[in-house]
Amino acid sequence: MAAEHYPDDLRYHREHDWARIEGDQATFGITWFAQDALGELVHFEPPKEGAGATRDQTYAEVESVKAVSDVIAPLSGEIVEVNQALVDAPETVNADPYGDGWIVRVKLSEPGEADALLDAQAYQQYLAEQA
Amino acid sequence: MSYLALTDADRDAMLEAIGVESLDDLFADLPEGVRFDRALDLPPALTEQELTAYFEQLATENQRADVSFLGAGLYDHYVPAVVDAVLQRGEFLTAYTPYQPELSQGVLQAIFEYQTAICELTGMDVSNASGYDGTTVAADACYIAKYATGRSKVVITEATNPQVRQVVKTYAPGFGLEVVEVPHRDGATDPDELRAAADGAACAIFQQPNFFGVLEPAPDLAAAATEAEALAVAHVDPLSLGVLEAPGRYGCALAIGEGQAAGNHVSFGGPHYGFLAARSEFIRRMPGRIVGETTDAAGNRGYVLTLQTREQHIRREKATSNITTNQTLLALAGLVYLSWLGPQGLRDLGETCMALADYAKERLGLPLLFSGRTTFKEFAVRVGRDAREVVREALAQGIRPGYALGRDYPGMDDVLLVAFTERRTKEEIDRLAEVLAA
Amino acid sequence: MKLIFEKSRPGRRAGRIPSPGLPAPEVPADLRRAEPPRLPEIAEPDLLRHFTKLSTRNFGIDTGFYPLGSCTMKHNPRVNERLAALPGFRDIHPLEDEERVQGALRLCFELQEALAEITGLDAVSLQPAAGSQGELTGLMLMRAHFAERGEDERRRKIAIPDTAHGTNPASVTMAGYELTNIQTDPRGNIDVDDLRAKVDETTAGLMLTNPSTLGLFDENIEEIARIFHDAGALMYYDGANLNAVCGISRPGDMGFDIVHINLHKTFSQPHGGGGPGGGPIAVSERLEPFLPVPAIVRSGEGYGLDYDRPRSIGKVRGFLGPFGVFVRSYAFIRAYGPALREMSEVAVLNANYLLARLREAYELPFDRLCMHEFVLSARRLKRERGVTALDVAKRLMDYGFHPPTIYFPLIVPEALMIEPTETEALETLDAFADAMQAIAREAAEQPELLKEAPHGTPVGRLDEVKAAKRAIVRYRFEEHPDLSAEPAAASVEAPKGA
Repeated sequence: MAAEHYPDDLRYHREHDWARIEGDQATFGITWFAQDALGELVHFEPPKEGAGATRDQTYAEVESVKAVSDVIAPLSGEIVEVNQALVDAPETVNADPYGDGWIVRVKLSEPGEADALLDAQAYQQYLAEQA
Repeated sequence: MSYLALTDADRDAMLEAIGVESLDDLFADLPEGVRFDRALDLPPALTEQELTAYFEQLATENQRADVSFLGAGLYDHYVPAVVDAVLQRGEFLTAYTPYQPELSQGVLQAIFEYQTAICELTGMDVSNASGYDGTTVAADACYIAKYATGRSKVVITEATNPQVRQVVKTYAPGFGLEVVEVPHRDGATDPDELRAAADGAACAIFQQPNFFGVLEPAPDLAAAATEAEALAVAHVDPLSLGVLEAPGRYGCALAIGEGQAAGNHVSFGGPHYGFLAARSEFIRRMPGRIVGETTDAAGNRGYVLTLQTREQHIRREKATSNITTNQTLLALAGLVYLSWLGPQGLRDLGETCMALADYAKERLGLPLLFSGRTTFKEFAVRVGRDAREVVREALAQGIRPGYALGRDYPGMDDVLLVAFTERRTKEEIDRLAEVLAA
Repeated sequence: MKLIFEKSRPGRRAGRIPSPGLPAPEVPADLRRAEPPRLPEIAEPDLLRHFTKLSTRNFGIDTGFYPLGSCTMKHNPRVNERLAALPGFRDIHPLEDEERVQGALRLCFELQEALAEITGLDAVSLQPAAGSQGELTGLMLMRAHFAERGEDERRRKIAIPDTAHGTNPASVTMAGYELTNIQTDPRGNIDVDDLRAKVDETTAGLMLTNPSTLGLFDENIEEIARIFHDAGALMYYDGANLNAVCGISRPGDMGFDIVHINLHKTFSQPHGGGGPGGGPIAVSERLEPFLPVPAIVRSGEGYGLDYDRPRSIGKVRGFLGPFGVFVRSYAFIRAYGPALREMSEVAVLNANYLLARLREAYELPFDRLCMHEFVLSARRLKRERGVTALDVAKRLMDYGFHPPTIYFPLIVPEALMIEPTETEALETLDAFADAMQAIAREAAEQPELLKEAPHGTPVGRLDEVKAAKRAIVRYRFEEHPDLSAEPAAASVEAPKGA
């Protein structure tokens, strides 16, 4: 599995989700910490393309042998693409949480919400406080 | 009688190791106001011998009729000795739920085999490790259907066992479900009426054979439910599935039932087991335990509880059910029994029960409540007067003639539901005919 | 070991059905079974060998010490098996006329009376099939109670501590209620300030186990009862830990309105590999009218069934409940009589003895005398040696013990929840404590012994990831996959970072 890391070009949500913002679109996924806590994923319950994602609310589910976890949207918008490869190979999220393990691409409805997210340093600080 | 090993010497040594003076010190945290300050008002302790005498006395105060035609959901089928022998193995009897698989391969493999047997009987892809009984699995089916379809109405036929219907209605308010019943028409259910009722419903439950022993037009009922976009749920007699088609083969989404007839003594109502099986798409919505196959690091095949994330101990308030303790030992009895029967035995059994029932229809010579309906191992007859009186008189002659249906269905006070298992003989049926003719 | 289906051979069979010499019946063509089910075809000797061999690959209380916290794995008395099998119990039908089953009805009635006395409450229903079902039934009673008072719409919340067993929140959802989570304080009691802040007129009730899953008696139970009753709410007692307090403290006296009892825990019904159980409920007088139907009552000189209960919630299970379980439990109660108190005292003594012996080698998160069970943490072992509660559990198997409960309650990291019960002798407790201490030493000196445990069991640690992904939940006959040929999944069995 991947070594622990939190790329600088991403923004982070306290529920252990990340967003890669590119203009008025963003890609979402879960952080290294989240996949490590869950263990190897065995199931991915994808949302439908065209569905809405609302900041701080669940848009999908992932499952390991020991837990089912709600995946929380860091930002609001319309889901324009779902990483269907995860349905057959959910463990990709563990192997490459920020690359091939991306979960959805979203057209943002409120880009200003990004201000409330943490940068890599602040997120790692937050993790240290939780321990 | 006590099962304690503790001696005075033991107790003294232990109190010293703990660092307290007396047993009372161990309860120091209990507030004064909640301490129970007298002895429990229970009869004095009994030795094993006295216990046996007392319970034997209680047992003699229950009168069984040696010849019983009483069914109505629980049946006097023959339970072979191997079933009892397997259940008395202490490693099965006294084991806990197999959460530590390395120490529990016996139970886990047995459950996997049970799941396989239920899937074979019902024509389904996945079975759980058992539910409480034939009534609660109907509530389970409604819960699955609610979350699978997003709808909040369930349909159930009036010809389904009254207790099954009553339990569904008891669970429904908590589930946020409306329950609609489809009346029977001359002992069976009309598919068109079912389709109409199932419009906007999450599921439609029918029983095959139904509570009257009548064979429903099951494939048409399943189709009717499906056309209304409701899940078709068949509540089936496991011992009918050697002669009757499997629900999975005629379009049902779920198959449920009471397992008692397959390998459990009647035991005044329990414990028994309910079975619940489904098509593969519902696997993640299944309540209860499921055993799956896997390997260890050395490549040895083994079995584990799987998809536990559905269950209460992980998923908590979002679990597919709160069920924890189930009916594993009784399901094991079912597996042993079905293995003892084999496919040929199951077919012989079903045919024998039907043949005895056919013979009885002739010999009793009483008007059938639903003439012209094909039945399986049970049918309803009119006895011309209060059926409960008829029952009492027959009991006085050593025969339990059946179940008085008047309690459950209006206008049936003179109706007797009579069941025929492979334990009954032609001579016993002849005797029943005499007794009822009198 | 082969599956029974793999031992099947066409044409073999064990049982034979007597033939009455009647013509074969006609099954309508559209209902007739087309293909027979592929049940095993096997003769009796091989059938019996198969299940006997399976049983030898299983560990029960009869095999050895089984200290699963909150499961109360006490000895299952053998006489109870004999009594439940008496034909006068085993072969009677629940729809028999009441006059003909007076022995069974009397047994049920006397059991109800005994449970009412033990719990300190007024009325009992034996119907629920398990503790979880008892919980759900209790919540239904709450709804019925508040519905009659016109308060059901308003009271939608059930308060549950964060140490609660998972069945509690699951039952809350099934009953149509919402969950209010209550925190635990550093002494292991419910945080009363947190409770006071969260309980109000929208609360229907509390679900609590006392002692808790930490094995600790809540010192503030009287205050808690006041808070709920002042708010007009009800108190539900989860009886999973009743083994600690029989004859010592009664839930009814603690202020609880509804109690479920686990007959397969406190009252020795064998667990059977997962069930059956029994979850009867006891309630205060004012809730009696809502109990499931029928009620078992006195009737003239004898006993009868009362179906005329217009305020009842209905029926939660078929017939009167799992009668065979009642026989065993009632026999257990009659064997002890008032000495049930001694049973609980010894359960608490045994647990405190083990706690005293193990508190140095492991970490004790709540430094108090315990009740019938206690929770240790293997957190220090994990931090210092990289071995987890799971590794300790697997290594215990090598010493001949069933492990305790692990990773529960959730508020204790690397939790080991240990409940010895009263039926264990001192030498057994000492042997277990010796093993646990040895394992703690092994963790420091030879951690691979733990990591590779268990050794010598029929299988080693199983790949749960593979099981979940492949979801092979039945034997697939011709096309059954050969999993041993597949590569192991990346992680073998669960927690990487629990």
